Amino acid sequence: MTIDLSLLPDGGISWADASGPDGHIVLSTRIRLARNLQATVFTTRARDQDRERIREQVVGASREAKSLADAAVFRVEGLDRADRQLLYERHLISKELAGLEAGGAVRPGAALVLGGDIGVMVNEEDHLRMQSLHSGFALQRAYAALERLDGELGARLPFAFHPEFGYLTACPTNAGTGLRASVLIHLPGLVLTKEIAKVLQGLSQVGLTFRGLYGEGSEVVGNFFQLSNQTTLGKSEEELLDHLGKIVRQVIEYEEQARQVLLRDAPSVIEDKVWRAYGLLRYARSLSFEETMNLLSGVRLGVGLNLIKDLGVYTLNKLMIFTQPAHLAYVAGRALADPDLAIARATFVRRSLEDEAGRIRPQAN
Amino acid sequence: MQCDHCGERPAAIHLTQIVNNSVTTLHLCEACAAEKGVQTGASVAKFPLSDFLASMGKGAAGALPATTDDTPCGFCGATLKDFRDAGRLGCPHCYASFERHLRDLLRRLHGSSQHVGEVYLPPEAAAAVSGAPAGRGHLGELRDQLRRAVEAENFELAAELRDQIRVLDDH
Ligand SMILES: [Zn+2]
Ligand SMILES: [Zn+2]
Repeated sequence: MTIDLSLLPDGGISWADASGPDGHIVLSTRIRLARNLQATVFTTRARDQDRERIREQVVGASREAKSLADAAVFRVEGLDRADRQLLYERHLISKELAGLEAGGAVRPGAALVLGGDIGVMVNEEDHLRMQSLHSGFALQRAYAALERLDGELGARLPFAFHPEFGYLTACPTNAGTGLRASVLIHLPGLVLTKEIAKVLQGLSQVGLTFRGLYGEGSEVVGNFFQLSNQTTLGKSEEELLDHLGKIVRQVIEYEEQARQVLLRDAPSVIEDKVWRAYGLLRYARSLSFEETMNLLSGVRLGVGLNLIKDLGVYTLNKLMIFTQPAHLAYVAGRALADPDLAIARATFVRRSLEDEAGRIRPQAN
Repeated sequence: MQCDHCGERPAAIHLTQIVNNSVTTLHLCEACAAEKGVQTGASVAKFPLSDFLASMGKGAAGALPATTDDTPCGFCGATLKDFRDAGRLGCPHCYASFERHLRDLLRRLHGSSQHVGEVYLPPEAAAAVSGAPAGRGHLGELRDQLRRAVEAENFELAAELRDQIRVLDDH
C-alpha cells in the first residue's frame, strides 16, 4: 500500500505552518499521553492475538471519538518501508512503531490513527500513545485537544489506573500522568554565543530533558532542540505543563538576548553568515541533509533577525521536512541513494527558494 | 554581567531554578560555579535522558533489592528479574504484584509515588452509577458519584470512589 498524502488532514504538517505563538523560535509543541487497557498484558509481552484485540478495541473507540472524526487509520504492517519512513519524517509516528529502529521490524497489531493535529499510536510501548502536535509554542492548546480525546477514549475503553500510582505504563518512567510534553526550539543564538551548554545544564537541574530533532538518542542538528519534562508522577498535568512552559519562556528570552548580543557585537559576521547560508541553499547543486539543516538554521536566524525579509518561516519549515530522504523519494517517484539523493535535495531546495526569490534581495546599506 | 556569588568575575554560567513556584536565574562565574559543584563545558554536552534511561535500565531497575523473591505476577507471569532485564513491566497488575519495589523505584525516578493528576473512572464503574460520566474527573465529580453510589447501595463502587477521594484529599 502507498499512502496518498492528500488524504491526511492538512497533509499531516499543519504543525509546521509557523502560525503558532513564537513561531520564529519554537517550531512545534507536542504532548503525548500514555494509556494502557486494564487487565491486558503490555504490548511488548503480549502475544500477536492479544495485540490484534487491542488494535480492534482502540481503533473501534477512535472511530466513535468526535476528536478523530476525520482521522485516517493505518495498519502499520500494511505500509511499505518508504511510507513508514515518510510518516516518521513528518513526526506522525515513532521510530519504534514504524519498525525503523536498527534491526527492528513492525510489530504485529501496530496501528496509527491520524487526525489533523491529533492522533493515536496503537501498540507502541504502551497500548495507546495519544498525541497532539501544534505549531509554535502552544502547550495549552495542544493539551486542551488531548484532554478532550483522552476523555472520549477513556469513556469507551477501560484504562489501567491505580489510586496511588495513577495511569499505569509499561515503563515506570511514564507512570502517573503518562504525560510527556516537548517543545521543538531553534537556538542558534545560544549556540553561536557558546551559552548553550550552560542553558542545557540548567535544564537538567530543573527536571527537564533535551534531545535532538528526531527524539530519543538522536543528534542535535540545525541547532534544534527538543525540551521536555522528565518526570510524570507527583505533579498534576497542569503543574507539569506550567513548569515546562515557564522554563521554555525563559529559554526563549535567553535566545533573544543572545541574538541581540550577536547583532550588537558582531553584526557584519552574522550578516555574512546568514547570507552565505542563503547563497549556498539558493545555488548549491548537491546537499547532504545535515548541511541543509545547518544552512536552514542560518537562514532562519536571518529571517528572525529581519536581515532576510519576505522569506516565510513556513517555507523553511517545509524545507526541513521535504528534504528528508523519504520525502525526496516520494517527489521523485523512486527510491534515491547518494549522489542522486543529494542532487535531488539541492534541486528541491533551489526550486523552493526560487519561488520566493523574486522578492528577496540583500539590502544595500 | 557580574557573578552573583563573588560579584567580581564576569558571569559565565546561568542556572535556572524554580524556587517557591517562581523561576529565578543564578549567574555565576566559572570559578564560583566549579566551587558550587556545577559542571561546565564538555561534560554537559551529553544527553541526560539517555543517561537517565541507562541508569533506569541498569541502575534503577538494578537497584531493586537483589531479592531472591522470584514470585511471578499473578496476571502475566512476569518476575522482577524479567523487569530488570527488559526495563518494561509485563502488565498493569505488575504494579500491585511488585508494589513495594515499584513504590521505591517510582520515588527514586519521580521524587514521589503519589499521583496527583486527573483521576480516572473506568466505563463499568461509571455505568454502575447512573449518569456518572466515565473518564477523567475531579474531586467534586467524584464526591457526587460517591453520594449516588451510596444512595444506590453500590458499596463496592463506593469503596473504590472513597479510596480515590482520600488519595486526592491528602494533597
Ligand atoms: Zn564568582
Ligand atoms: Zn504482570
